[in-house]
Amino acid sequence: MASITEKSDSEDTAKVALWNNPKARALVFQVLLIGLILWSGWYMYSNLQANLERQNIASGFGFLNTTAGFGIIQALVPYSETSTFGTVFIVGLLNTILVSVIGIFFATMLGFLLGISRLSHNWVISKLATVYIETLRNIPLLLQIFFWYFAVLRSVPGKRDKWSLLDSFHLNIMGFHAPKPIFEAGSSFVVYAVIAGIIASFFIKRWSTKRQMETGQTFPVLWTSLGLIIGIPLVVFFAMGMPMHLDYALFKDTGSRLRQGFQAGHGMVLIPEFLALLLALSMYTATFIAEIVRAGILAVSHGQTEAASALGLRSGMTLRLVVIPQALRVIIPPLTSQYLNLIKNSSLAVAIAYPDLVSVFAGTTLNQTGQAVEIIIMTMLVYLFLSLVTSMFMNWYNAHMALVDR
Amino acid sequence: MKKIVLSTALGAAVAVAASTAGAATLDDIKAKGHVQCGVSQGLPGFSNTDDKGNWTGIDVDVCRAVAAAVFGDASKVKYTPLSAKERFTALQSGEIDILSRNTTWTMTRDTTLGLNFAGVNYYDGQGFMVRKDLGVKSALELGGAKVCTNTGTTTELNVADYFRANKLTYEIVAFEKADEVVQAYDTGRCDVYTTDASGLYAQRLKLAKPGDHMVLPEIISKEPLGPVVRQGDDQWFNLVKWTLFAMINAEELGVTSANIDDMKKSTNPAIKRLVGVEGNFGQNLGVSNEWAYNIVKQVGNYGEIFDANVGPKTPLGISRGVNALWSKGGLQYAPPVR
Repeated sequence: MASITEKSDSEDTAKVALWNNPKARALVFQVLLIGLILWSGWYMYSNLQANLERQNIASGFGFLNTTAGFGIIQALVPYSETSTFGTVFIVGLLNTILVSVIGIFFATMLGFLLGISRLSHNWVISKLATVYIETLRNIPLLLQIFFWYFAVLRSVPGKRDKWSLLDSFHLNIMGFHAPKPIFEAGSSFVVYAVIAGIIASFFIKRWSTKRQMETGQTFPVLWTSLGLIIGIPLVVFFAMGMPMHLDYALFKDTGSRLRQGFQAGHGMVLIPEFLALLLALSMYTATFIAEIVRAGILAVSHGQTEAASALGLRSGMTLRLVVIPQALRVIIPPLTSQYLNLIKNSSLAVAIAYPDLVSVFAGTTLNQTGQAVEIIIMTMLVYLFLSLVTSMFMNWYNAHMALVDR
Repeated sequence: MKKIVLSTALGAAVAVAASTAGAATLDDIKAKGHVQCGVSQGLPGFSNTDDKGNWTGIDVDVCRAVAAAVFGDASKVKYTPLSAKERFTALQSGEIDILSRNTTWTMTRDTTLGLNFAGVNYYDGQGFMVRKDLGVKSALELGGAKVCTNTGTTTELNVADYFRANKLTYEIVAFEKADEVVQAYDTGRCDVYTTDASGLYAQRLKLAKPGDHMVLPEIISKEPLGPVVRQGDDQWFNLVKWTLFAMINAEELGVTSANIDDMKKSTNPAIKRLVGVEGNFGQNLGVSNEWAYNIVKQVGNYGEIFDANVGPKTPLGISRGVNALWSKGGLQYAPPVR
């Protein structure tokens, strides 16, 4: 019997034809699919090239080295009208990153606050959070940007007037003016002190965790770290004789009417386009983050809290050590998509003249050079790249927070 | 906004790949029964909708004249409102047949975009508008000003050149839509609004208090505005070009929409050729010999469309100036129908 079974088994594998072998078939279909994708990509590319040539439309990336010839209101790198379209690309990219990063920061802060508030036992606070979330989440973002830019901008003082706080912070239609810190010789030591503080805090954290594991004794890591990162640099700052001064915004209400108002080159100014976009983006995205946070906290079963209090943990510690770490596992993946949304939504800047990538590069540059295909491909790749980097970072953080099997 | 840019660009990529095989725009238009005309999103006097929703303006009349030449019916036009930065892609991709949207004829546009400018229907120049209470009398006093304008226009480049050449500092705030520029200027975000002088007069009507604003005397650039078509279709290019010439020739010969029926009996050979009594000029363009008759009868000659849309009796109140006929000291000149 045994020999018969063996024989039939070996016959089976030998006899199966190649086209009936599931493995071989799968391989054939995969090769075919990849071939099809490559072929269509090549076909579209060559067709595009041929048609652009026939229509006499310029192509290639040479335009990146030609002079742009137009001005940009906000540039984080040196830029003038004689700079190239390549520099325009960098300027737009940095402006996009600037508003996205600051927007993500504020949206996260506000979102966590709102999410926790909505779960609050205080009726007023939880209802206020609910109303805020339900209102802002349901109004299109573009309308909110217009609201901040056109409606709110109309109600702030005009160019020759201002609202001031402490005589140093001013708001008018030209933007938000603040003192600009000017660093002098010796301020680098303060930076070194901050870096040293961060490194020291890292090691203290490791040491205290290890000690707690061995002896059960706790150590106030947070306060020590704050002292190291903020306190010591402050001491260094004063010891060096305060190597920094503030450049205040200069306001004039004399002279020709055109020159009245805040003078260029003094203080730091956040242009109203940036403010409107930042406010709209962070307040809108915060509503979604708030709901994600609420869902995350609700996902941690109540038994966890009860168990923690049975073990004698105080409510603050319960939140910090039991609820939030578990809630974060639920929160982080959808939070990532909200961050990606915020980055992509920042391209609505074009509506209110904030010079982001879509406005100055996929807008003005495209129109001046007419090279739609190259420019749109570059712009799409940038957004893809920014999104992938954000995803990678959040995935890393997620893996860091994920449940570790012990 | 993003979606529009992306879709037009993708549309461009796909349509460039698909459409241009048949370059005979005229045949396509005859088959579909209308001319697809790219216009602005609302510039009084040039292309704007009236209170009944009909498009009017000097740029719109160019499209209507083309439809009159092709179909003998000036109403067979469909309009696509385009922002400054969408306009060339829309034409390249075949979404529109003719772009008549106060578009400046420049060398870059003529040579690298795959487009042809069919002529000039309005000679313009860039100017500046300021509030009267600023007390500014000349553009040379504008150093340090905040300037509002449209993105994707020649104005953005001209203003940069002008301030640089005169060693003046400035800051530019560039919006996508003309309405947003007007609103931002009106709220006081900018000291100066710059665009083509005709546009300044037109947009001034949209301000809260038009009387508080003035256009400075300096004209800092040459802005010949005209209809644009795709390269590689000479038949269609010729038709649009000669539609414009027919309107200018009609004015020069004294042929108007009111008197053209009498003019058919004229003994002047130039008029006979224009109105199609003599010669085969229409057929050579690929349309009927009545082409110019239909244009003038239904739309008017150049002087008529100028006066009706932007002339001294309209809210814009622009005088003919350089847009007068060559014979009256202006620049409008058309080759003869012969």
